[in-house]
Amino acid sequence: MSQRKRLSNTQGASQNKRRSDSLAEDDSEVPFTQPSSSQVQRGLARVSNAQVEQKAAEVVQYIMVKDQKKIPVRRADLVKHVIKDYRNIYPEIMKRVLQTFSQVFGLELVEIDTKAHVYILINKLEPHEALTTNQGSVNPKTGLLWVILSVIFMKRGAVKEGLIWNTLKKLRVDPGERHEVFGDVKKLVTDEFVRQRYLEYVRIPHTEPLECEFRWGQRAELEVSKPQILHFMGQLHEREPQSWSQQYRDAHPSLGAPGPSQPSRSQR
Amino acid sequence: MMSNSLVDEREASTLYKHCCDIHKVPCVPDKLDDFIDTINAKLQLMFMQIRKGMSEVNGRQYYALVNMAETDITRMSSDYADNELELFRKTMDLIVSSENGKISSTDALNIADSLMTKRLKKSEAEQVLNRLVQDKWLNEKRGEFSLSTKCIIEMEPYIRRMYEDQVKLCHICHNIAFQSQICDSPTCGIKIHNPCVARYFKGRVEPRCPACDEFWPHEIPEVPRSISRR
Repeated sequence: MSQRKRLSNTQGASQNKRRSDSLAEDDSEVPFTQPSSSQVQRGLARVSNAQVEQKAAEVVQYIMVKDQKKIPVRRADLVKHVIKDYRNIYPEIMKRVLQTFSQVFGLELVEIDTKAHVYILINKLEPHEALTTNQGSVNPKTGLLWVILSVIFMKRGAVKEGLIWNTLKKLRVDPGERHEVFGDVKKLVTDEFVRQRYLEYVRIPHTEPLECEFRWGQRAELEVSKPQILHFMGQLHEREPQSWSQQYRDAHPSLGAPGPSQPSRSQR
Repeated sequence: MMSNSLVDEREASTLYKHCCDIHKVPCVPDKLDDFIDTINAKLQLMFMQIRKGMSEVNGRQYYALVNMAETDITRMSSDYADNELELFRKTMDLIVSSENGKISSTDALNIADSLMTKRLKKSEAEQVLNRLVQDKWLNEKRGEFSLSTKCIIEMEPYIRRMYEDQVKLCHICHNIAFQSQICDSPTCGIKIHNPCVARYFKGRVEPRCPACDEFWPHEIPEVPRSISRR
Protein backbone atom coordinates (compact mmCIF):
# COMPACT_ATOMS: atom_id res chain seq x y z
CA MET A 1 0.00 0.00 0.00
CA SER A 2 2.74 2.44 0.92
CA GLN A 3 4.44 1.73 -2.39
CA ARG A 4 1.44 3.08 -4.27
CA LYS A 5 1.59 6.25 -2.22
CA ARG A 6 5.24 6.85 -2.99
CA LEU A 7 4.67 6.35 -6.71
CA SER A 8 1.83 8.82 -6.81
CA ASN A 9 4.13 11.53 -5.49
CA THR A 10 6.40 11.44 -8.55
CA GLN A 11 5.29 12.47 -12.03
CA GLY A 12 4.93 11.21 -15.56
CA ALA A 13 5.99 7.67 -16.27
CA SER A 14 5.19 6.67 -12.75
CA GLN A 15 1.53 7.38 -13.53
CA ASN A 16 1.49 4.56 -16.05
CA LYS A 17 3.28 2.27 -13.67
CA ARG A 18 0.73 3.02 -11.01
CA ARG A 19 -2.10 2.15 -13.34
CA SER A 20 -0.56 -1.15 -14.32
CA ASP A 21 0.21 -1.80 -10.65
CA SER A 22 -3.38 -1.30 -9.69
CA LEU A 23 -4.46 -3.46 -12.62
CA ALA A 24 -2.24 -6.25 -11.35
CA GLU A 25 -3.76 -5.84 -7.92
CA ASP A 26 -7.28 -5.87 -9.36
CA ASP A 27 -6.54 -9.05 -11.25
CA SER A 28 -6.20 -11.05 -8.10
CA GLU A 29 -9.35 -9.46 -6.77
CA VAL A 30 -11.40 -10.88 -9.64
CA PRO A 31 -13.93 -13.10 -7.96
CA PHE A 32 -12.97 -16.74 -8.23
CA THR A 33 -15.30 -19.05 -10.09
CA GLN A 34 -14.97 -22.81 -10.05
CA PRO A 35 -13.19 -24.08 -13.17
CA SER A 36 -15.05 -26.59 -15.33
CA SER A 37 -13.97 -30.22 -15.23
CA SER A 38 -12.43 -29.95 -18.68
CA GLN A 39 -10.41 -26.95 -17.55
CA VAL A 40 -9.25 -28.95 -14.57
CA GLN A 41 -8.21 -31.85 -16.80
CA ARG A 42 -6.21 -29.55 -19.02
CA GLY A 43 -4.65 -27.89 -15.99
CA LEU A 44 -3.67 -31.21 -14.44
CA ALA A 45 -1.94 -32.28 -17.63
CA ARG A 46 0.42 -29.34 -17.26
CA VAL A 47 1.60 -29.96 -13.71
CA SER A 48 3.34 -32.85 -11.99
CA ASN A 49 1.67 -34.86 -9.27
CA ALA A 50 4.34 -33.68 -6.84
CA GLN A 51 3.41 -30.06 -7.52
CA VAL A 52 -0.25 -30.75 -6.83
CA GLU A 53 0.65 -32.60 -3.62
CA GLN A 54 2.81 -29.69 -2.54
CA LYS A 55 0.05 -27.15 -3.17
CA ALA A 56 -2.44 -29.27 -1.28
CA ALA A 57 -0.01 -29.44 1.66
CA GLU A 58 0.36 -25.64 1.61
CA VAL A 59 -3.41 -25.26 1.71
CA VAL A 60 -3.60 -27.67 4.64
CA GLN A 61 -0.96 -25.67 6.51
CA TYR A 62 -2.67 -22.36 5.76
CA ILE A 63 -6.04 -23.58 6.98
CA MET A 64 -4.54 -25.11 10.12
CA VAL A 65 -2.81 -21.89 11.06
CA LYS A 66 -6.01 -19.91 10.57
CA ASP A 67 -8.00 -22.49 12.47
CA GLN A 68 -5.65 -22.28 15.43
CA LYS A 69 -7.18 -18.89 16.13
CA LYS A 70 -10.59 -20.27 15.16
CA ILE A 71 -10.84 -17.79 12.30
CA PRO A 72 -13.01 -19.08 9.45
CA VAL A 73 -11.17 -19.38 6.14
CA ARG A 74 -12.48 -17.55 3.09
CA ARG A 75 -12.10 -19.27 -0.26
CA ALA A 76 -11.09 -15.97 -1.82
CA ASP A 77 -8.16 -15.62 0.57
CA LEU A 78 -7.17 -19.23 0.00
CA VAL A 79 -7.04 -18.70 -3.74
CA LYS A 80 -5.26 -15.36 -3.51
CA HIS A 81 -2.59 -16.31 -0.99
CA VAL A 82 -1.98 -20.01 -1.50
CA ILE A 83 -3.50 -21.47 -4.66
CA LYS A 84 -2.48 -18.52 -6.85
CA ASP A 85 -1.48 -19.76 -10.32
CA TYR A 86 -2.94 -23.18 -9.68
CA ARG A 87 -6.48 -21.88 -9.54
CA ASN A 88 -7.49 -23.82 -12.63
CA ILE A 89 -7.00 -27.08 -10.76
CA TYR A 90 -8.58 -25.81 -7.56
CA PRO A 91 -11.12 -28.67 -7.30
CA GLU A 92 -8.38 -31.29 -7.53
CA ILE A 93 -6.29 -29.54 -4.90
CA MET A 94 -9.25 -29.25 -2.56
CA LYS A 95 -10.13 -32.90 -3.08
CA ARG A 96 -6.69 -33.83 -1.75
CA VAL A 97 -6.92 -31.27 1.03
CA LEU A 98 -10.17 -32.77 2.28
CA GLN A 99 -8.65 -36.24 2.05
CA THR A 100 -5.60 -35.20 4.06
CA PHE A 101 -7.69 -33.53 6.74
CA SER A 102 -9.88 -36.57 7.01
CA GLN A 103 -7.26 -39.34 6.85
CA VAL A 104 -4.30 -37.73 8.57
CA PHE A 105 -5.99 -35.49 11.14
CA GLY A 106 -9.53 -36.76 11.54
CA LEU A 107 -10.83 -33.29 10.77
CA GLU A 108 -13.57 -32.17 8.44
CA LEU A 109 -13.54 -28.95 6.45
CA VAL A 110 -17.10 -27.63 6.50
CA GLU A 111 -18.51 -24.78 4.44
CA ILE A 112 -20.50 -22.63 6.82
CA ASP A 113 -21.37 -19.96 4.29
CA THR A 114 -22.17 -21.25 0.83
CA LYS A 115 -22.50 -17.79 -0.68
CA ALA A 116 -19.28 -16.28 0.57
CA HIS A 117 -17.56 -19.70 0.62
CA VAL A 118 -16.27 -19.68 4.16
CA TYR A 119 -14.87 -22.79 5.82
CA ILE A 120 -14.11 -24.04 9.31
CA LEU A 121 -12.39 -27.16 10.56
CA ILE A 122 -14.24 -29.43 12.92
CA ASN A 123 -13.14 -32.46 14.85
CA LYS A 124 -14.58 -35.70 13.57
CA LEU A 125 -13.03 -37.97 16.18
CA GLU A 126 -14.67 -39.12 19.38
CA PRO A 127 -12.82 -37.79 22.43
CA HIS A 128 -10.88 -40.39 24.38
CA GLU A 129 -12.25 -40.83 27.90
CA ALA A 130 -9.04 -41.78 29.68
CA LEU A 131 -7.06 -38.98 28.12
CA THR A 132 -9.35 -36.00 28.43
CA THR A 133 -9.31 -36.31 32.20
CA ASN A 134 -5.55 -35.86 32.11
CA GLN A 135 -5.73 -32.42 30.54
CA GLY A 136 -3.30 -30.08 32.19
CA SER A 137 -5.13 -26.82 32.02
CA VAL A 138 -8.57 -26.24 30.55
CA ASN A 139 -8.97 -22.95 28.76
CA PRO A 140 -11.23 -20.79 30.95
CA LYS A 141 -12.79 -19.26 27.84
CA THR A 142 -14.13 -22.70 26.98
CA GLY A 143 -15.86 -22.89 30.35
CA LEU A 144 -17.40 -19.48 29.88
CA LEU A 145 -18.58 -20.33 26.40
CA TRP A 146 -20.06 -23.61 27.63
CA VAL A 147 -22.13 -21.75 30.24
CA ILE A 148 -23.46 -19.34 27.63
CA LEU A 149 -24.26 -22.12 25.15
CA SER A 150 -26.05 -24.04 27.88
CA VAL A 151 -28.26 -21.10 28.77
CA ILE A 152 -29.15 -20.52 25.13
CA PHE A 153 -29.91 -24.19 24.61
CA MET A 154 -32.13 -24.46 27.67
CA LYS A 155 -34.02 -21.43 26.43
CA ARG A 156 -34.67 -23.29 23.16
CA GLY A 157 -32.25 -21.40 20.92
CA ALA A 158 -32.41 -17.65 21.51
CA VAL A 159 -31.77 -15.55 24.59
CA LYS A 160 -32.01 -11.82 25.20
CA GLU A 161 -28.55 -10.49 25.97
CA GLY A 162 -29.72 -9.22 29.35
CA LEU A 163 -30.20 -12.77 30.58
CA ILE A 164 -26.68 -13.76 29.56
CA TRP A 165 -25.15 -10.75 31.30
CA ASN A 166 -27.14 -11.49 34.46
CA THR A 167 -26.12 -15.13 34.44
CA LEU A 168 -22.47 -14.18 34.08
CA LYS A 169 -22.76 -11.59 36.83
CA LYS A 170 -24.03 -14.30 39.17
CA LEU A 171 -20.85 -16.19 38.34
CA ARG A 172 -18.83 -13.09 39.25
CA VAL A 173 -18.07 -12.34 35.61
CA ASP A 174 -19.34 -8.81 35.20
CA PRO A 175 -19.45 -7.50 31.63
CA GLY A 176 -19.29 -3.99 33.03
CA GLU A 177 -15.95 -4.53 34.74
CA ARG A 178 -12.56 -5.69 33.58
CA HIS A 179 -12.22 -9.35 34.57
CA GLU A 180 -9.01 -10.77 35.96
CA VAL A 181 -8.96 -13.70 33.55
CA PHE A 182 -11.21 -12.65 30.66
CA GLY A 183 -10.37 -8.98 30.44
CA ASP A 184 -13.07 -7.17 28.48
CA VAL A 185 -15.89 -9.68 28.97
CA LYS A 186 -18.36 -7.96 26.66
CA LYS A 187 -15.79 -7.90 23.86
CA LEU A 188 -14.93 -11.55 24.39
CA VAL A 189 -18.56 -12.62 24.19
CA THR A 190 -19.94 -10.30 21.52
CA ASP A 191 -16.83 -10.04 19.35
CA GLU A 192 -14.39 -12.91 19.76
CA PHE A 193 -16.93 -15.71 20.26
CA VAL A 194 -19.02 -14.33 17.40
CA ARG A 195 -16.06 -14.04 15.03
CA GLN A 196 -15.14 -17.60 15.86
CA ARG A 197 -18.73 -18.53 14.95
CA TYR A 198 -19.49 -20.00 18.37
CA LEU A 199 -22.22 -17.43 18.99
CA GLU A 200 -24.51 -15.23 16.98
CA TYR A 201 -25.32 -11.79 18.31
CA VAL A 202 -28.29 -10.35 16.45
CA ARG A 203 -30.45 -7.29 16.82
CA ILE A 204 -34.00 -7.84 17.95
CA PRO A 205 -36.08 -5.75 15.52
CA HIS A 206 -38.31 -2.97 16.81
CA THR A 207 -36.67 -2.78 20.22
CA GLU A 208 -36.22 0.62 21.77
CA PRO A 209 -33.60 0.96 23.18
CA LEU A 210 -31.79 -1.47 20.89
CA GLU A 211 -31.63 -4.97 22.31
CA CYS A 212 -29.76 -7.95 20.96
CA GLU A 213 -30.12 -11.65 21.42
CA PHE A 214 -27.67 -14.52 21.47
CA ARG A 215 -27.98 -17.73 19.52
CA TRP A 216 -25.68 -20.66 18.85
CA GLY A 217 -23.23 -19.94 16.03
CA GLN A 218 -22.50 -22.32 13.17
CA ARG A 219 -19.34 -23.66 14.76
CA ALA A 220 -21.19 -24.46 17.97
CA GLU A 221 -23.90 -26.27 15.97
CA LEU A 222 -21.23 -28.42 14.36
CA GLU A 223 -18.84 -28.94 17.25
CA VAL A 224 -20.86 -28.95 20.45
CA SER A 225 -22.91 -31.94 21.46
CA LYS A 226 -26.40 -30.98 22.58
CA PRO A 227 -26.91 -34.25 24.45
CA GLN A 228 -23.73 -33.44 26.37
CA ILE A 229 -25.02 -30.01 27.32
CA LEU A 230 -28.25 -31.53 28.57
CA HIS A 231 -26.30 -34.16 30.46
CA PHE A 232 -24.24 -31.39 32.11
CA MET A 233 -27.46 -29.57 33.04
CA GLY A 234 -28.84 -32.77 34.50
CA GLN A 235 -25.79 -33.15 36.73
CA LEU A 236 -25.93 -29.50 37.76
CA HIS A 237 -29.59 -29.60 38.76
CA GLU A 238 -29.65 -33.25 39.79
CA ARG A 239 -32.39 -34.06 37.32
CA GLU A 240 -32.70 -36.57 34.55
CA PRO A 241 -32.03 -35.04 31.11
CA GLN A 242 -35.35 -36.47 29.93
CA SER A 243 -37.18 -34.39 32.51
CA TRP A 244 -36.72 -31.46 30.17
CA SER A 245 -38.86 -32.99 27.46
CA GLN A 246 -38.65 -30.19 24.91
CA GLN A 247 -34.92 -29.69 25.28
CA TYR A 248 -34.45 -33.44 25.20
CA ARG A 249 -36.14 -33.58 21.81
CA ASP A 250 -34.05 -30.61 20.65
CA ALA A 251 -30.97 -32.61 21.60
CA HIS A 252 -32.13 -35.82 19.96
CA PRO A 253 -33.66 -34.80 16.63
CA SER A 254 -33.98 -38.40 15.48
CA LEU A 255 -36.66 -38.93 18.09
CA GLY A 256 -38.83 -36.54 16.11
CA ALA A 257 -41.31 -34.03 17.47
CA PRO A 258 -45.04 -34.72 17.23
CA GLY A 259 -46.23 -33.28 13.94
CA PRO A 260 -44.90 -33.87 10.41
CA SER A 261 -43.17 -37.27 10.43
CA GLN A 262 -39.47 -37.29 9.77
CA PRO A 263 -37.43 -40.06 8.18
CA SER A 264 -35.50 -41.77 10.96
CA ARG A 265 -31.86 -40.81 11.07
CA SER A 266 -29.28 -42.85 12.91
CA GLN A 267 -27.96 -41.14 15.99
CA ARG A 268 -24.37 -40.02 15.79
CA MET B 1 -1.06 -34.85 20.06
CA MET B 2 -2.46 -31.73 18.43
CA SER B 3 -4.13 -30.60 21.62
CA ASN B 4 -1.37 -31.66 23.98
CA SER B 5 1.78 -31.08 21.92
CA LEU B 6 3.81 -33.23 24.33
CA VAL B 7 3.04 -36.68 25.71
CA ASP B 8 5.23 -39.07 27.63
CA GLU B 9 5.99 -42.59 26.54
CA ARG B 10 3.28 -44.12 28.69
CA GLU B 11 0.60 -41.79 27.33
CA ALA B 12 1.83 -42.45 23.80
CA SER B 13 1.50 -46.19 24.35
CA THR B 14 -2.00 -45.73 25.73
CA LEU B 15 -2.93 -43.65 22.70
CA TYR B 16 -1.48 -46.26 20.37
CA LYS B 17 -3.41 -49.04 22.08
CA HIS B 18 -6.59 -46.96 21.90
CA CYS B 19 -6.09 -46.50 18.13
CA CYS B 20 -5.57 -50.21 17.67
CA ASP B 21 -8.64 -51.04 19.75
CA ILE B 22 -10.90 -48.65 17.87
CA HIS B 23 -9.89 -50.10 14.54
CA LYS B 24 -9.80 -53.66 15.85
CA VAL B 25 -6.17 -54.14 14.98
CA PRO B 26 -3.96 -56.22 17.30
CA CYS B 27 -1.66 -53.95 19.28
CA VAL B 28 2.02 -54.81 19.51
CA PRO B 29 3.53 -52.47 22.13
CA ASP B 30 7.01 -52.56 20.61
CA LYS B 31 5.66 -51.26 17.33
CA LEU B 32 4.86 -47.81 18.72
CA ASP B 33 7.80 -46.17 16.95
CA ASP B 34 6.89 -47.85 13.66
CA PHE B 35 3.38 -46.50 14.09
CA ILE B 36 4.77 -43.03 14.59
CA ASP B 37 7.05 -43.40 11.56
CA THR B 38 3.95 -44.09 9.44
CA ILE B 39 2.27 -40.98 10.77
CA ASN B 40 5.41 -38.96 10.15
CA ALA B 41 5.52 -40.06 6.53
CA LYS B 42 2.13 -38.43 6.07
CA LEU B 43 2.99 -35.34 8.09
CA GLN B 44 6.21 -34.61 6.26
CA LEU B 45 4.58 -32.73 3.38
CA MET B 46 3.05 -30.32 5.87
CA PHE B 47 6.37 -29.79 7.60
CA MET B 48 5.21 -31.46 10.77
CA GLN B 49 6.79 -34.35 12.63
CA ILE B 50 6.35 -36.27 15.85
CA ARG B 51 9.78 -36.27 17.45
CA LYS B 52 11.09 -38.09 20.47
CA GLY B 53 13.27 -36.66 23.22
CA MET B 54 14.33 -37.23 26.79
CA SER B 55 13.40 -35.05 29.73
CA GLU B 56 16.49 -33.67 31.41
CA VAL B 57 14.65 -33.84 34.70
CA ASN B 58 13.15 -37.30 34.93
CA GLY B 59 14.93 -39.09 32.11
CA ARG B 60 11.67 -40.26 30.57
CA GLN B 61 11.08 -40.27 26.84
CA TYR B 62 8.57 -37.80 25.45
CA TYR B 63 6.92 -37.36 22.07
CA ALA B 64 6.28 -33.89 20.69
CA LEU B 65 4.40 -32.72 17.61
CA VAL B 66 6.83 -30.32 16.04
CA ASN B 67 6.64 -27.68 13.33
CA MET B 68 9.58 -28.29 11.02
CA ALA B 69 8.99 -25.30 8.73
CA GLU B 70 10.24 -22.70 11.17
CA THR B 71 13.96 -22.77 11.66
CA ASP B 72 13.94 -19.96 14.17
CA ILE B 73 12.12 -18.76 17.25
CA THR B 74 9.67 -17.13 14.86
CA ARG B 75 7.56 -20.28 15.25
CA MET B 76 6.26 -18.55 18.37
CA SER B 77 5.67 -15.22 16.65
CA SER B 78 1.92 -15.63 16.51
CA ASP B 79 1.74 -15.86 20.29
CA TYR B 80 4.44 -13.44 21.43
CA ALA B 81 5.35 -9.85 20.62
CA ASP B 82 8.78 -8.96 19.28
CA ASN B 83 10.18 -7.78 22.58
CA GLU B 84 8.76 -10.84 24.33
CA LEU B 85 10.53 -13.07 21.82
CA GLU B 86 13.72 -11.13 22.43
CA LEU B 87 13.32 -11.78 26.15
CA PHE B 88 12.93 -15.48 25.42
CA ARG B 89 15.97 -15.52 23.12
CA LYS B 90 18.11 -13.82 25.73
CA THR B 91 16.83 -16.16 28.45
CA MET B 92 17.82 -19.04 26.25
CA ASP B 93 21.26 -17.44 25.72
CA LEU B 94 21.78 -17.36 29.49
CA ILE B 95 20.57 -20.89 30.02
CA VAL B 96 22.76 -22.30 27.25
CA SER B 97 25.86 -20.64 28.65
CA SER B 98 25.05 -21.66 32.22
CA GLU B 99 26.89 -24.47 33.96
CA ASN B 100 23.97 -26.74 34.65
CA GLY B 101 21.20 -25.47 32.39
CA LYS B 102 19.48 -23.35 35.05
CA ILE B 103 19.34 -19.62 35.68
CA SER B 104 17.88 -17.69 38.58
CA SER B 105 14.66 -15.78 38.07
CA THR B 106 16.54 -12.61 39.06
CA ASP B 107 18.94 -13.04 36.17
CA ALA B 108 16.04 -13.71 33.82
CA LEU B 109 14.16 -10.61 34.99
CA ASN B 110 17.24 -8.43 34.61
CA ILE B 111 17.19 -9.16 30.89
CA ALA B 112 14.24 -6.79 30.71
CA ASP B 113 16.64 -3.89 31.17
CA SER B 114 18.78 -4.73 28.18
CA LEU B 115 16.17 -5.33 25.49
CA MET B 116 16.88 -3.70 22.13
CA THR B 117 13.28 -3.81 20.96
CA LYS B 118 10.56 -2.21 23.04
CA ARG B 119 11.43 -2.04 26.74
CA LEU B 120 9.67 -4.24 29.27
CA LYS B 121 9.01 -3.37 32.90
CA LYS B 122 10.14 -5.97 35.39
CA SER B 123 6.52 -6.80 36.20
CA GLU B 124 5.76 -7.24 32.51
CA ALA B 125 8.83 -9.42 32.07
CA GLU B 126 7.62 -11.56 34.94
CA GLN B 127 4.28 -12.00 33.15
CA VAL B 128 6.01 -13.00 29.95
CA LEU B 129 8.17 -15.53 31.75
CA ASN B 130 5.08 -16.97 33.43
CA ARG B 131 3.40 -17.30 30.05
CA LEU B 132 6.46 -19.02 28.65
CA VAL B 133 6.23 -21.51 31.50
CA GLN B 134 2.50 -21.98 30.95
CA ASP B 135 3.02 -22.52 27.24
CA LYS B 136 5.66 -25.07 28.18
CA TRP B 137 8.69 -23.41 26.61
CA LEU B 138 10.41 -22.98 29.97
CA ASN B 139 10.40 -24.93 33.21
CA GLU B 140 10.39 -23.14 36.52
CA LYS B 141 11.43 -24.83 39.74
CA ARG B 142 12.37 -23.20 43.02
CA GLY B 143 12.96 -19.84 41.41
CA GLU B 144 15.12 -21.20 38.61
CA PHE B 145 14.35 -21.37 34.91
CA SER B 146 15.45 -24.10 32.53
CA LEU B 147 14.53 -25.13 29.00
CA SER B 148 11.54 -27.46 28.90
CA THR B 149 11.57 -30.86 27.22
CA LYS B 150 9.20 -29.53 24.56
CA CYS B 151 11.51 -26.60 23.91
CA ILE B 152 14.56 -28.81 23.51
CA ILE B 153 12.80 -31.30 21.24
CA GLU B 154 11.21 -28.61 19.09
CA MET B 155 14.13 -26.21 18.90
CA GLU B 156 16.95 -28.72 18.68
CA PRO B 157 18.01 -27.78 15.12
CA TYR B 158 17.81 -24.09 16.01
CA ILE B 159 19.81 -24.59 19.20
CA ARG B 160 22.49 -26.65 17.49
CA ARG B 161 22.83 -23.97 14.82
CA MET B 162 22.64 -20.85 16.98
CA TYR B 163 24.84 -22.07 19.79
CA GLU B 164 27.13 -24.33 17.80
CA ASP B 165 30.22 -23.45 19.79
CA GLN B 166 28.64 -23.46 23.21
CA VAL B 167 26.40 -26.49 23.10
CA LYS B 168 27.78 -29.80 24.28
CA LEU B 169 26.32 -33.23 23.76
CA CYS B 170 25.78 -35.75 26.50
CA HIS B 171 28.58 -38.28 26.43
CA ILE B 172 26.17 -41.13 27.11
CA CYS B 173 23.12 -40.47 24.92
CA HIS B 174 24.66 -37.97 22.46
CA ASN B 175 21.82 -35.47 22.63
CA ILE B 176 22.27 -31.81 23.54
CA ALA B 177 22.75 -31.46 27.27
CA PHE B 178 21.87 -28.58 29.58
CA GLN B 179 20.83 -29.91 32.99
CA SER B 180 23.90 -32.02 33.40
CA GLN B 181 27.12 -32.72 35.24
CA ILE B 182 30.57 -31.94 33.88
CA CYS B 183 33.79 -33.87 34.37
CA ASP B 184 36.11 -31.80 36.55
CA SER B 185 39.29 -32.86 34.81
CA PRO B 186 40.44 -29.78 32.84
CA THR B 187 41.51 -31.75 29.77
CA CYS B 188 38.27 -33.70 29.67
CA GLY B 189 35.19 -31.66 30.54
CA ILE B 190 32.62 -34.05 29.09
CA LYS B 191 28.96 -33.47 29.96
CA ILE B 192 26.44 -36.07 31.05
CA HIS B 193 22.70 -35.45 31.57
CA ASN B 194 21.59 -35.79 35.19
CA PRO B 195 19.31 -38.77 34.42
CA CYS B 196 22.06 -40.31 32.25
CA VAL B 197 24.49 -39.94 35.18
CA ALA B 198 22.00 -41.72 37.43
CA ARG B 199 21.63 -44.63 35.03
CA TYR B 200 25.28 -44.92 34.04
CA PHE B 201 26.74 -44.81 37.52
CA LYS B 202 24.00 -46.80 39.21
CA GLY B 203 25.34 -49.16 41.78
CA ARG B 204 28.99 -48.22 41.18
CA VAL B 205 31.03 -47.81 44.33
CA GLU B 206 33.64 -45.62 42.72
CA PRO B 207 32.20 -43.62 39.83
CA ARG B 208 34.77 -42.77 37.18
CA CYS B 209 34.51 -40.58 34.09
CA PRO B 210 33.84 -42.80 31.08
CA ALA B 211 36.11 -40.65 28.94
CA CYS B 212 39.18 -39.92 31.07
CA ASP B 213 38.76 -42.35 33.98
CA GLU B 214 39.20 -39.62 36.60
CA PHE B 215 37.09 -39.87 39.72
CA TRP B 216 33.61 -38.46 39.08
CA PRO B 217 33.28 -35.89 41.88
CA HIS B 218 29.58 -35.04 41.72
CA GLU B 219 26.72 -36.47 43.72
CA ILE B 220 25.13 -39.27 41.75
CA PRO B 221 21.36 -38.70 41.55
CA GLU B 222 18.87 -41.51 42.10
CA VAL B 223 17.58 -43.27 39.01
CA PRO B 224 14.19 -41.64 38.36
CA ARG B 225 11.38 -44.11 38.95
CA SER B 226 10.13 -45.16 35.54
CA ILE B 227 6.89 -46.93 34.93
CA SER B 228 8.14 -49.78 32.79
CA ARG B 229 5.61 -51.84 30.93
CA ARG B 230 7.61 -54.60 29.36
